[in-house]
Parts: sequence; C-alpha cells; structure tokens
Amino acid sequence: MPAVSKGDGMRGLAVFISDIRNCKSKEAEIKRINKELANIRSKFKGDKALDGYSKKKYVCKLLFIFLLGHDIDFGHMEAVNLLSSNRYTEKQIGYLFISVLVNSNSELIRLINNAIKNDLASRNPTFMGLALHCIANVGSREMAEAFAGEIPKILVAGDTMDSVKQSAALCLLRLYRTSPDLVPMGDWTSRVVHLLNDQHLGVVTAATSLITTLAQKNPEEFKTSVSLAVSRLSRIVTSASTDLQDYTYYFVPAPWLSVKLLRLLQCYPPPEDPAVRGRLTECLETILNKAQEPPKSKKVQHSNAKNAVLFEAISLIIHHDSEPNLLVRACNQLGQFLQHRETNLRYLALESMCTLASSEFSHEAVKTHIETVINALKTERDVSVRQRAVDLLYAMCDRSNAQQIVAEMLSYLETADYSIREEIVLKVAILAEKYAVDYTWYVDTILNLIRIAGDYVSEEVWYRVIQIVINRDDVQGYAAKTVFEALQAPACHENLVKVGGYILGEFGNLIAGDPRSSPLIQFNLLHSKFHLCSVPTRALLLSTYIKFVNLFPEVKTTIQDVLRSDSQLKNADVELQQRAVEYLRLSTVASTDILATVLEEMPPFPERESSILAKLKKKKGPNTVTDLEDAKRERSADVNGGPEPAPASAASTPSPSADLLGLGATPPAPVGPPPSSGGLLVDVFSDSPSAVAPLAPGSEDNFARFVCKNNGVLFENQLLQIGLKSEFRQNLGRMFIFYGNKTSTQFLNFTPTLICSDDLQTNLSLQTKPVDPTVDGGAQVQQVVNIECVSDFTEAPVLNIQFRYGGTFQNVSVKLPITLNKFFQPTEMASQDFFQRWKQLSSPQQEVQNIFKAKHPMDTEITKAKIIGFGSALLEDVDPNPANFVGAGIIHTKTTQIGCLLRLEPNLQAQMYRLTLRTSKETVSQRLCELLSEQF
Amino acid sequence: MIKFFLMVNKQGQTRLSKYYEHVEINKRTLLETEVIKSCLSRSSEQCSFIEFKDFKLIYRQYAALFIVVGVNDTENEMAIYEFIHNFVEVLDEYFSRVSELDVSFFKAVSQVFLSRQSTG
Repeated sequence: MPAVSKGDGMRGLAVFISDIRNCKSKEAEIKRINKELANIRSKFKGDKALDGYSKKKYVCKLLFIFLLGHDIDFGHMEAVNLLSSNRYTEKQIGYLFISVLVNSNSELIRLINNAIKNDLASRNPTFMGLALHCIANVGSREMAEAFAGEIPKILVAGDTMDSVKQSAALCLLRLYRTSPDLVPMGDWTSRVVHLLNDQHLGVVTAATSLITTLAQKNPEEFKTSVSLAVSRLSRIVTSASTDLQDYTYYFVPAPWLSVKLLRLLQCYPPPEDPAVRGRLTECLETILNKAQEPPKSKKVQHSNAKNAVLFEAISLIIHHDSEPNLLVRACNQLGQFLQHRETNLRYLALESMCTLASSEFSHEAVKTHIETVINALKTERDVSVRQRAVDLLYAMCDRSNAQQIVAEMLSYLETADYSIREEIVLKVAILAEKYAVDYTWYVDTILNLIRIAGDYVSEEVWYRVIQIVINRDDVQGYAAKTVFEALQAPACHENLVKVGGYILGEFGNLIAGDPRSSPLIQFNLLHSKFHLCSVPTRALLLSTYIKFVNLFPEVKTTIQDVLRSDSQLKNADVELQQRAVEYLRLSTVASTDILATVLEEMPPFPERESSILAKLKKKKGPNTVTDLEDAKRERSADVNGGPEPAPASAASTPSPSADLLGLGATPPAPVGPPPSSGGLLVDVFSDSPSAVAPLAPGSEDNFARFVCKNNGVLFENQLLQIGLKSEFRQNLGRMFIFYGNKTSTQFLNFTPTLICSDDLQTNLSLQTKPVDPTVDGGAQVQQVVNIECVSDFTEAPVLNIQFRYGGTFQNVSVKLPITLNKFFQPTEMASQDFFQRWKQLSSPQQEVQNIFKAKHPMDTEITKAKIIGFGSALLEDVDPNPANFVGAGIIHTKTTQIGCLLRLEPNLQAQMYRLTLRTSKETVSQRLCELLSEQF
Repeated sequence: MIKFFLMVNKQGQTRLSKYYEHVEINKRTLLETEVIKSCLSRSSEQCSFIEFKDFKLIYRQYAALFIVVGVNDTENEMAIYEFIHNFVEVLDEYFSRVSELDVSFFKAVSQVFLSRQSTG
C-alpha cells in the first residue's frame, strides 16, 4: 500500500506536516514553507549526492507544498531520478510527483517516457502498474504517441498478471478517450474481446469499460463481444450471492460489472443468434424477477445496488424495443417505483418511463399510470422530480388523453417553478396543436396559456397560433370572438394584445355583425391597450388599424383621426412614425378597390415544422424528449392532425403589413438550381462550397427497387440510414425522406440537397425546405419533398447529403427514386376497348419493344404485383394468351395526360420476356419500357 | 461516463477533485463553487440527482462533506450513487473511521483508491 502513511520512516516529512498543521496563521504557514523550500533547494544543489531515501523525502515535501496550493518550480529532475529507483516507495513517489506536476517540458518528457518504457518492460507487476497509472493520469498526447502501440500488447499477452491487465485496459481507455486517432485497431481487438471471459472479475470490469467505448466507434470490430457479454452476465445474475466473494456488494453479485455489461449490450441491436437472444432474455427476466423478491438485506445499499442493475436492464430492454413482454414488465416495475418512498427512485422511474412511452409496445402500459404522474406533478416537493413528471406527461400524451394532460399542465403552470415555466408553455403549445381535434379547443388553450403565463410565452408560440388560425377557416370566427372576449379583461398580457390585434385585423369582420362587437367597439377596445404596449406591439396595432380601414369603412375617419394625431405622426420612434404616415396616406389616396387588394386577407402560411418544436429542441439540446418526439411522429405520421399543407407558393402579397409575415421561419427555400447555373446545382445551403460526391455504390440497384414500390430504405451505411415514404396522386406527389443518425454522435452541418439537371428541372418541380443542421446521435429527421410532374421526364433527381461527423466531412449522393411511372393512374378496360386502343397507337414512334432475359425467377404472382406496383392497372382476361400480362393506365403530368398500354409476354422455356409499350408519346414509351424492363 | 469526482465540504472547500475530462484549472474553481452551491441548496427530501448545465450531478452527503460526481446523461445514476458509498466504505476501511481530515491530509491515498475504482 502507498507509502505516505504512518510508520514509513519519513520522520522529516511527518514533522514538517505537523508544523504546518500547527501554524496559527497563513503568514506563519508561508514562512514555514519558504524555510523548507530553501532547505530542500540547498540539499538538491549541494555537492553531496543524495541517497534515494532523502530524495524521496524532499520530493514528498515538495508535493505536499504544491498540494497546499503553492507553486513549485524545481525538483522535477530529482523526481525523474526517483523513477529509476528499484525501491517501490521511491518509484511511487516519483510517479506521483510527475502525475501531479507534469508539464510539457520536452527534455523531461523524454526522460520520463524512457523510465516508463523501462518499467513497462520490467515484467515486475508493481512497476508496470505504476507506469501504466502514470500514463493514464497524465494522458497527454505525447504519452499516447509514445505508448498507444505498446499497451495493447501488454493487455493481450498471455503472461500478463491480472492486476496489470486491469491497469492496461484502463490506461488504454484513457488514451483512447484523449487521442482516439493514436490508438491503432488491429489484431489485438479480437483478443481483447475474450477478456470478457477472464476469471478475474477486475479484469472483466476494466475490459468491459474499454470495449464499450471502443465498440461505440467501431461496432463491427467488436461484434463478437455480444455473445461473450451475454454469457458473462448470465453467469453473474444466476450466481448465488456469495459466489463472487469480493465482487459481491451487500448480497448483490457484481452490480457495477452487471451495469457495464448491460451498457455494452446497448451498443448493439438485439442479438441475432436465437440462443444468445434467449439467454439474454432469460437474464433480463431474472433481473426483473429479483426486483420482486424480498430483499436479502435490509440495508439500503443492497436495494440501491439491485436497482442500479435493474434500471440498466430496463434501459437495455428499451434500447432493444423488441420484446413486448419485457417492455410491459419493465413498465409495471417502474410503476411500482412511482409510488416508492425514496425520492431517487421516483425520479429515476419517471425518467425511464419517459423513454418507455415512445415504444409502441409499452406506450399503452405507460398510459395507465397517468393518474400517478399527475399526482406527482401536484404533490412532489422536489422540482426536478416534477420536471420529470412534466416530461413524462408530454411523452405519454396522445389523442386519447391530450385534453386531460394539457388541462393538468395548464393548472400546474399557475404554480410552477419559474425555471421550468417556459418549457411547460412550449410543451402545452405543442401538444395542443398536435392533438387538437377541435381547433376551438386549441385556440382556447393557447389563449389560456397566454393568460396564465404570458411572460413565458415566447414569440414562436403566438406566431404559431396565428399561423394556424389563418390556415384554418373553420376556426377563424371562433378565434376572433374568443380574443375579443379575452381582450375585455382590464389587464391583459401584451402577447394577448398582439394575438388579438392580428386576429381582429384579419377576421374582425366575422364578429362585426354582433352589436356587442361592432367595428367601433373592436377598435376602441384595441386602442385602449395601445398606449400600454411596447413599440413592436404598437406597430402591429397600427397595421391592424389600416386593415380595419379596409374591413370597416365606417370607422375609417376615426382611424384616420388617430393616425393623424401628434402622438402617431410625430412619434419619436421612426418605425411607428413611418407606419402612421404611410397608412394615413394610403387610407386617403387609395380607392376602395386598391385598399381591398393591398389589405387583402393574409394568404395561408406554407406548412412548416412547428417553430415551437424547433424552439423546444433548441432549448433542450440533445434530449430524450424531443428525440422521442421524432420517433413518435415517425411511428404514427397520421397522428399529426395539423392543417393540410398550404400551397408553398404563398409568397407574401404586396401588403403594407408584410412584415407581419415574418413569422418565425424563413420562407420555403427554393429547390432546384437558379436559372443561371449551368448543369448541376452545387449545394446552395452549405456555407462551404464543396463538390457533390459521386453516386454511392449500390445506388442504382436501390433505385430500381423503388420503381415498383414507394416505401423502404433507400440507403444505409455505418453512419446514416435514409428511408423513404412517398405517395403520389395524379401529377402530384409527396415524399418523406427520413435521415437516421445511426451513431451516438451528433451530425453537424447536415445538409441534404436535391440536384436536378436543367432538363429535369423544367419537367419536374421539387419543393422542400432545409432540415435542422444538427442531427443528434440516434435521432431521425424528416424532410418532406413536394413533387409536381410538369411534363414527362427520364432522368432522376440526385439527393446529395453532406455533414460533419466527429470532425470528418461526409458526402453521400444517391439517386432519388422519383420516376415517371409514379404518376400513373390505373385504368380498367375491357378486352375490346384495349385492343381498339392498342390498334390506334400503332405508329412506329408510339411503340417501344424490348426483349430481355429474366433476371429473377419467373413467378406469375410476383410479376402481377410488380405491374400493379408499377402503377398501371393489371387487366385480366384481356389477352387471349392467359400467360401474358397486359396493363393500362394514364400518366398524369401538369401539361398533358398520356395514355399507356403495356403487354408483357413471358417465355418460360427461354427464360425471356418481351415487353411492349404503346403510349401516345414516344419518350414516355421509351422511358416506361426502360424502367419496367429492369424489374423482371 | 464520469466527468469529474469532487469532495467538497459545507464551507465550499474542495477536499479532493479528480477530473476525467480536461477542465482548465481556473474554470475548475468556478465549477466547483457552482456545484457545491447547487448541492447545498437542496433538502434531504429532494432526490440526489441534479441536472446541471449539459450534464448530471449525483451527490451524497456524509456529515459536512459532500461527494459529488458529474456524469454525462447516459450514465446509470443509481450505480454511481452507490459507487460513492462504496468509495466511502473503502476509505473507511483504510483509515478506520474516515473523516474529512483524513481525506484532506491523505489526498494521495484517496487518489489511488479513486483511480483504482472509478473505472468508468
């Protein structure tokens, strides 16, 4: 054991320490230290060579002085000398001093590295241990450069002692964390995995930590660790509580090691081998069972350790998300903890349940605890626990319980801690929008939100309510009435004035028929708030007034009087003054028609990601709740009852209040190259101009697979997965592109770009908007592409994705499967009609024929499915030869509709097909024939 | 993953600190002050986990001494919570009835235990 303790003989040191302890004042202490420093310096400089013992003693004193907070500027050399001593205690002090006081003095580093090298090669386990500890403690790049290649060898050598292996594993882990690029992967990786089988649990623990970290970055290389980890885990959980001796903690066998193994397994998907999988399931069941058993000890340490393992097991179950039975059991277990008397357990149960809520298997089970969670929100004394309860309510919310949850959150908001109010406001706003069946409920909720917590309602929230009201005409009258009533309150929040001003300006006419809310009353009500408001709100109100001039000619003079007043026309604020002058002028010179055009009702807003959601994401950073949100949205895209996307062409009409349109997000970004650019559009969104990658290997194959289907995985590599989901109707289509980050690290500057050649661009119009430039580890982002087929086309757009992953630039290009046949509408027709049309399309340009060898087994049912997937109708009983397939359909483009007939004649003996296409347009026949030929 | 391990007394004096991620010396003092402040403000009814900036604090109080561990958000809170206790038990065994003074005067020893145990 370390030498600084009692009875080691360093009397001088003991005396010095007790002197310091006895110092009555800071000054006395400094005086004593200076005296000692002078003494040591003279000793080190003295002619007489010091023996190891004295050197050790003085270095020790220096170390002590340094640890008291004083600078030490000498003694390094003596410490380095101690490293080459053969006595453990001297060497140890040397290393200790270096670990604590190392600096990048190059001269010394070389000496130190040399000494370490000798110790590593010494085969003396204690010396090797000291050297490894020193490397790990310093952990600098220089150290990594010198030893990163050496340590793996020590780690996997057969004759290395257990304690050294343990230190080597941890040391390597430390170096990998500081300089991953310097740790070479190689043969040793496969042998390191086998350390999981080691007899010494200390080695296993250290190795598990190392492998977990390595496996996160290089999952392929460490794949074999899964089965080994499972069998090790299984041996631990089934062992009797006394089997593991030192590693049993209060009757729990190796709790920390179990936690680490479970965490290692979370780097991988569920094991494919059924035997391994079964064994793992057994382990997890055993862990869940043990939670129900009576405790083996009354000590809190016992249950804490047991629960640590349990929580990690639940994390793994959630990570795998594949065993409904386990998920539900986990949920029930957490449900018990929700009412546990230990705050820590309640907190953790809420936190884990939050992730469980996102699994489709356990979502319902989580929902059964809603009352308990709501109760927690009301009664918990700890704000962090309440915060978790809010998160969980948010995560478990769906259409069935949205009204209840939103109501509870609103009532909690009245008393909520200031620190979490803004977040709750955002959450309420999002839930209210997402699950609104009835938009009057939505409007009520948001207005309530502003009433209760106006100060915490950020701009995004009130922007959003206006966007929604504008886009949904069924709620406009109600909204106008409700804001009008809300504005009656003697003191209302400025945000309410903003919403009220905007909505009445647009839809005040809808309630003007009621004498209680006549135009003049509306105006007076708004104007009564005017002077209490800040400049931006006043500016907004001025726009409302000019809109009133258009809506209600009867209040024109009143409004003109207001605009003309000195407080407006001569307002010190230049924005207000300008508005007043311009609006006044506009109202005087413009004819009714012009006014009506200029001040027309705002066009619907283009549908975009809720600005609130973006805000919540930004606020929380990488956060489970929002990730969850994405997962949830993806799972049930239809849950989102948001308004139908408005045409993206809703650029602002020339309106003096156009600045009101600046509601939050940027306008829909143009897709497709600007007219000037020749050839390819190179990444308009990225700040650094960078070339587009060549198509990823396999892109063509994947592309072909999508000709006859609309959904699936388009591209996948180790980092990124791209999934597609698309729907087409007539000449329009919408494609959802899902980008999944498969790693645990964020993607930065994530920029997908759609590239169309000039040619393609005139025939196919694509609209999309940029996605969030950061994609969190494990998260998925979605991009919607609105597609319009203007005319027939042959090429396909290219999707280029660029992002930064852990410092490296990634560039991927894939062909996006938007093909002409997607705009097919099937047409049913009788045999007679078919052949009549067939004959009509008999000119040589209209027919294209291709004879080709079958690439896949010739199966009638599959062929039928493919023709239907291709988009045409499959006509039965048309062709006299029942082995042949015929189809008919119409390709819809914006400009024309093109009738298509096709006939596919299989020849089983020759394993050949003959495909004939007849359409009214040569290019269409040609393209469809190409596309379909690839399918068989 | 553990980011740092602190032992701080109620007066805010750091008795032991170990960082597993590089933090500049002058920032450490600031961080430690904030950490202990947020621990002191909590009552025994509150849970032992605090969300702190972009990571989590897990703390336990032993008489006047707080042991605080900073971890990232994938760490198992309960395991760390119990690890703290295990560490204290080891110190207790070694010093036979460990006290704050022991820790502060035998930093080196404590460091050795810590580095052996906190394999995270």
